[in-house]
Amino acid sequence: MPITVQIPTALRRHTAGVGSITCAASNLGELFSVLDEKFPDLKPHLRDDQGQVRRFLNIYVNEEDIRFLGGQTYAFQEGDEVLLVPSIAGGAP
Amino acid sequence: MSHYELRCRECGRTWGNQPRSICDDCFSPLEVAYDYDALRASVSRERISQRPPNMWRYSELLPLPQGFEPRLPVGFTPLLQAPRLAQQLSGTSAGAKNLYLKNDAVCLPTLSFKDRVVAVALSQAKAFGFDTVSCSSTGNLANAVAAHAAREGLKAWIFIPSDLEPAKILGTNVFGAKVVRIAGNYDQVNRLCSQIADEHRWGFVNVNLRPYYAEGSKTVGFEIAEQLGWRLPDNVVCPMAGGSLIVKIKKAFDELVNLGLVEGKEVKFFGAQATGCSPISTAVKTGSSEIEPQKPVTIARSLAIGNPADGHYAIKVIKGSGGWSEDVSDPEVINSIKLLAETEGVFTETAGGVTVGTARKLWRQDRILPEETTVLCITGNGLKTTDALAGVYETEAAIAPKLAEFERYLQGTLRPSDIPGVIAEAEAVGT
Repeated sequence: MPITVQIPTALRRHTAGVGSITCAASNLGELFSVLDEKFPDLKPHLRDDQGQVRRFLNIYVNEEDIRFLGGQTYAFQEGDEVLLVPSIAGGAP
Repeated sequence: MSHYELRCRECGRTWGNQPRSICDDCFSPLEVAYDYDALRASVSRERISQRPPNMWRYSELLPLPQGFEPRLPVGFTPLLQAPRLAQQLSGTSAGAKNLYLKNDAVCLPTLSFKDRVVAVALSQAKAFGFDTVSCSSTGNLANAVAAHAAREGLKAWIFIPSDLEPAKILGTNVFGAKVVRIAGNYDQVNRLCSQIADEHRWGFVNVNLRPYYAEGSKTVGFEIAEQLGWRLPDNVVCPMAGGSLIVKIKKAFDELVNLGLVEGKEVKFFGAQATGCSPISTAVKTGSSEIEPQKPVTIARSLAIGNPADGHYAIKVIKGSGGWSEDVSDPEVINSIKLLAETEGVFTETAGGVTVGTARKLWRQDRILPEETTVLCITGNGLKTTDALAGVYETEAAIAPKLAEFERYLQGTLRPSDIPGVIAEAEAVGT
């Protein structure tokens, strides 16, 4: 299931500058495994010691927060674009 | 050598001073940390109180570049006693003197507390050499960035959800800012902006300048304490969108205590949200320490952030203080806007309606007691969200400019008992 993953600048020093990869993964767990293998340095920046997605990392699939799509259980569709984005506050009230 | 620098809120790594909001090591947010030992010698009540009445009187406690000279008298808004509102909220006259409004509906220059954060962010934007500033916004921040940028001669690019209130869009356009409407909600605009900030060297006040920006919110807390006569209140009720303001008011109080400017005290923090966008109050009420994002559906658009980045910290502040969080429906928001206006003469926007409506619930739940000193944070002006009141008041038919016509109007629309001057006459003539 080929999907594209966009990596933000803040994390690119752990990917040797790579900003985007295309890979095969059917869910978030598999995607993390692919990223772990490809970029071992990146692993601790995406998940905490308990293996949970880091609190301040948001994951979007085609502009939608993956938590609205079922989170870990979401099955990636062919051509999905996955964004890793740091959580940013502000704007209101 | 500056007396402040960026530090990761989670792992503690320091980052000096630079336009950056995320720790590369653990991806957590950065905040500004100060050398309080150095500050202790230079800050005193006397020194502060001799300065002009604006937020810059607390400049040592803000991350301002060396040599910074403010060009706008932002902040130091009124702290109003609200006895008539207190009576309505509690149902008794007991404690009428103990309720206060921190009225940022009249904060200069754009009538919301966002002027405070933008003032600090833009001081750093200039110091870092940005010629363009930007933000994602639910409206008030857009107005503030556009106005301050005009004043400072910076270009402004403002990203907003396309369904924003017309007054907030106009109030951004007028300053010459480039307004980009996004077909999506605030969380989507925000996500886009963090991607744009990754590609363009712009000073995004709530992305790469965010740690500095957020410090401006502390001035609400400093002012509350000073205006209460250098003491802390028992309770603060604060509207929550991203969750930053309530956290920063707590930080402000802690700093004042740390520096010996006020006596230490356990202040309870209460968070206010609209039920249609209540990720933080839901977490507090269900005992969770984590945010479950929501899709906002509320007229309180300035609070419509379904995925609040500071939500986790807001929950900590609220729970750690012994406070609570509540949320109110859209009709309650409207009624509360009217209540505040009718009792205290303060016209607030929907966020203020959320705060007042929440306060009413907290009083009824006995979480706030009449004998306690309580401050409600009113963060924005009602003239910006008049469309929320569309249809609430009927437009009456015009009458002819004749006294007799007015008297007929008076007789027709008012009960005699409502017209003190007319009662006696009406009774005298036996009508």
